Amino acid sequence: MNNEILEGLRKAIKEYDNEKAENLAKRAVEEKLDPLRVLDAMTVAIREVGDAFGRGDLWLPDLVGAADAMQAAMPIIEEEIKRTGAKRESLGTVVAGTVFGDIHSIGKTMVCTLLTAEGFKVHDLGVNIKAEEFLQAIRNYNADILAMSALMTMTAPEQKKVIEQLKKEGLRDKIKIMVGGGAITEEFAKEIGADGYDPTAPGAVKLARKLIGR
Amino acid sequence: METKLTSAKKQVIIRTEGPTVLIGERINPTGKKKLTEALKSGNLEIVRKEAIAQVQAGADILDVNVGALGVDEEVLLPEVVKVVMNTVDVPLCLDSANPVALEKSLKVYQGKPLVNSVTGQENSLKRVLPLIKKYGAAVIGLTMDDDGIPDDVDKRVAIAHKIVERAEKVGIPREDVIIDCLTLAVGANDKAGVVVIESIRRVREELGVNLTLGASNISFGLPDRDIINNAFITVAICTGVTCPIVDVAKVRPAVLATDLILGRDRYAMRYIKAYQQRQKQMEK
Repeated sequence: MNNEILEGLRKAIKEYDNEKAENLAKRAVEEKLDPLRVLDAMTVAIREVGDAFGRGDLWLPDLVGAADAMQAAMPIIEEEIKRTGAKRESLGTVVAGTVFGDIHSIGKTMVCTLLTAEGFKVHDLGVNIKAEEFLQAIRNYNADILAMSALMTMTAPEQKKVIEQLKKEGLRDKIKIMVGGGAITEEFAKEIGADGYDPTAPGAVKLARKLIGR
Repeated sequence: METKLTSAKKQVIIRTEGPTVLIGERINPTGKKKLTEALKSGNLEIVRKEAIAQVQAGADILDVNVGALGVDEEVLLPEVVKVVMNTVDVPLCLDSANPVALEKSLKVYQGKPLVNSVTGQENSLKRVLPLIKKYGAAVIGLTMDDDGIPDDVDKRVAIAHKIVERAEKVGIPREDVIIDCLTLAVGANDKAGVVVIESIRRVREELGVNLTLGASNISFGLPDRDIINNAFITVAICTGVTCPIVDVAKVRPAVLATDLILGRDRYAMRYIKAYQQRQKQMEK
């Protein structure tokens, strides 16, 4: 019975079936399945999609579809984790977003999906995020990694602003910073004092692991 | 409605009835390592080559964008504009989000250029529209505002209305405003195509203006992008786009075929001429 739900959830994610994913998550809660096991099953499914994407066997819509299905089930499972007080193992906590003035979301969302699949706890703040908002989230979630995206040359300097602000408030050394987005280069990342840069979403996941030594 | 643009010696007229006018997109360092390096080092030979190649491929207007990290647009944009003007005789589309770079380029430009772009953001309307008026240019208006690019058609159309109204208020005639309804990737949202197409239809109907579109973004993250790009450009032209910003060499055959089908190519002369040119090139 239990395995049937987990297997169904895995399938729902791989078939991009939001409704099925949501219903199965509800059933999992009703049947008192360990929410951590449910989370694991979903993570495995999204990782399979992510790996295939990384190999070039799947495409952006596949990643979006799988992430949407997981997102449909996620709030229900997270609620259950909170309720039962289960201790969730994660590789680390990531705060991510596209910087202020910039509304490009695709790359940022891809990285967030793949980081979640890898086993990070990801707080995706969205797009057009001000420096203060990044800082507040970093404090709130006690984040290990800050991941910032910028797609335009006009908005890339915003990443520097956030890093300067972190320095000012004495938070810089407590967090690893990775940057990306169409406008960003390795050179620029170094110049603004980020800890790492990668031009691809799968590459960003490897980078995140490297930065926190896991 | 007609939008007239000029270079030193040549006039290009964009008509809402067509035929489609093509704006070449390739002088833009985004995603082009070689061009980025060349711009940084001030080696503008590659820009010259790109300009010539696009005009030979049938570009009517060239977009000029030099935005890259480590490039001072305020210095480089006017410089590159001069180089392109000295290389080819077509009107240019001065492309920057930096109003100072735009003004410096408008100062050196000979003729009536297109400026890319103004948005519905207050800041942009206030800074860019007076420049367009002062230098007698035409401008591309993007349907986005302080809240980003709206997901729904009504809001995008409302921003287009706002841009046209504000332009007319400072004395820019409506025909000198060209609206871009903004292409988002269908790979990220499978309704992105229908939203932009429906916005185009409404803007054309309600405002009667010319429309442009940066088309290539539609296929981001998908395989065989050229197939999607060609289908999209065809649908966009049928709906009201009159001067898309494109990789001219790649999409021109499909655009000419579309114009022919829409009754904008007498005796299929343009289509056949382009075919003959392709044949000649293959023989070489």
